[in-house]
Amino acid sequence: MEQDFEKIFQDKVDREIRIEPKDWMPEKYRQTLIRQISQHAHSEIIGMLPEGNWITRAPSLRRKAILLAKVQDEAGHGLYLYSAAETLGITRDQMYEQLHTGKAKYSSIFNYPTLSWADMGVIGWLVDGAAIMNQVPLCRTSFGPYARAMVRVCKEESFHQRQGFEILYVLSKGTEAQRRMAQDAINRWWWPSLMMFGPKDDESPNTIQSMKWKIKRFSNDELRQKFVDVCAEQVKVLGFTLPDKDLKWNEERGHYDFGEINWDEFWQVVQGNGPCNKERLDARKKAWEEGAWVRDAALAYANKKAKQKQAAA
Amino acid sequence: MATAKNEIDFLLHLADNALIIGHRNSEWCGHGPILEQDIAITNIALDYIGQARNLYQHAAELINQHADKIELTQTGKDISLPVTEDSLAYLRDVVEFKNLLITEIPNGDWAQTTLRLFLLSQFQLELFTQLLKHEDAQVAAIAEKSIKEISYHVKWSQDWVLRLGDGTEESKRRMQQAIDAIWAYTGEMFIQPEYATATCLNYAAIQTAWNQKVTAIFEEAGLLIPAKTFVQKGGATGMHTEHLGYILAEMQYLQRAYPNSEW
Ligand SMILES: [Fe+2]
Ligand SMILES: [Fe+2]
Ligand SMILES: [Fe+2]
Repeated sequence: MEQDFEKIFQDKVDREIRIEPKDWMPEKYRQTLIRQISQHAHSEIIGMLPEGNWITRAPSLRRKAILLAKVQDEAGHGLYLYSAAETLGITRDQMYEQLHTGKAKYSSIFNYPTLSWADMGVIGWLVDGAAIMNQVPLCRTSFGPYARAMVRVCKEESFHQRQGFEILYVLSKGTEAQRRMAQDAINRWWWPSLMMFGPKDDESPNTIQSMKWKIKRFSNDELRQKFVDVCAEQVKVLGFTLPDKDLKWNEERGHYDFGEINWDEFWQVVQGNGPCNKERLDARKKAWEEGAWVRDAALAYANKKAKQKQAAA
Repeated sequence: MATAKNEIDFLLHLADNALIIGHRNSEWCGHGPILEQDIAITNIALDYIGQARNLYQHAAELINQHADKIELTQTGKDISLPVTEDSLAYLRDVVEFKNLLITEIPNGDWAQTTLRLFLLSQFQLELFTQLLKHEDAQVAAIAEKSIKEISYHVKWSQDWVLRLGDGTEESKRRMQQAIDAIWAYTGEMFIQPEYATATCLNYAAIQTAWNQKVTAIFEEAGLLIPAKTFVQKGGATGMHTEHLGYILAEMQYLQRAYPNSEW
């Protein structure tokens, strides 16, 4: 029986028919998706913090408005994704609980500090840029609600990337101090951005199964290479450099070669030892705990109103 | 030029109100108690920054037109001509800001934040409705656009006053505490600044309408208006609380640290 279901399921996936919440699916598929979608949702929410940091310090009213809109978008992305995950039988509160206890992960990139205004540019350019690279294929992922959420997310991400690049472009045309600020930010964010694509393919145990289920369509290394190729060209427009002495066009491969990623740093940050892991998680926990009385009151009020309505009917 | 000067000061007063309340609300971004509400308050902050921009831009236009006759700053530090929305927001100092004190006091908890917005936006709604009849068509146009947003701010914040006032014991206590803390800053809204000389303005009418609406909502929520309080005032003429200096230090830091730069 179970085997038949499994066969029908895989057959649907192979024929590019979307899996919907009510369809039968292997338990492992469900668990993989819950893990991946909730991790993605958490990344959007935690990702609000390093940029949110600069809203009150944005250097012009126009930049302030753009940044506010951008960070607000990220909250919206979190919302779509939590909703998509909820269709798999987990509640938002349960997902928060997993985040707050450290059971669920989020993208490690947000554990790095934002030290200057140029970081807003680099985050848009590189971090949202890497996110787009990762997420565009997810618009065709096999699970319907996830794919549809990603279509909405991707539409907004391209604006995020453009505004980031534009911040850097203006800095590149600016004063010497501004150019230094921008180059410094690129130097700090480049390697962590490359880590956003995850471990190397031969050390990424979930990849094969995820590809078979069409949750994933390209491997980590494929996407990372594509990202390097794009950024190596874009950085020339800015007149800045990427901090990698091994970065070189390889005629034969038709790709840029690039240096070795510091995987030790990657795993350290994943394990909680990044520069801002504690701050980020503490900020979320604080918001959650200090918001408890607000949520209780909203619930109590809604119940009261519902009862009054019932009594009146 | 008395009229132009008055109109400029009045525009700066409105713009500063919008900027500072926008700043305060934006401090919640990423830290709200409920994700949907985090989005809502960030959106409200964004609305206010947008309003501030419209108002500063118009003030800048008028200042640049009448530059020869107007003293730009009280602190003697030059803002170079032509002025822009950004030089007005980022290069004036505390005593030159004309925002109401109620906009600059700290957020406190969710009760204080939503209550402050309710009391302020209700006032702004009445004020901007009068400005629809302003003789300067551009002021009227800005008012019209702002009213759409402010009406939503009123609705959103009013719902929170009701919800918290009539929610749990704790939320009621916190909302009542917020009222007691903020009430002294409400009176300033109804003191007509000397530069608010436009003929469409009637502050007494604003106060009457505001009183009615606020009283009705408080009654529905079971909240009490403090019997009597002293009125804290001065913001509209540059006499601020100590909080504004910290807001500006943070907000203006890049413009001050890297002068004459494009961003
Ligand atoms: Fe996003
Ligand atoms: Fe994302
Ligand atoms: Fe984004």
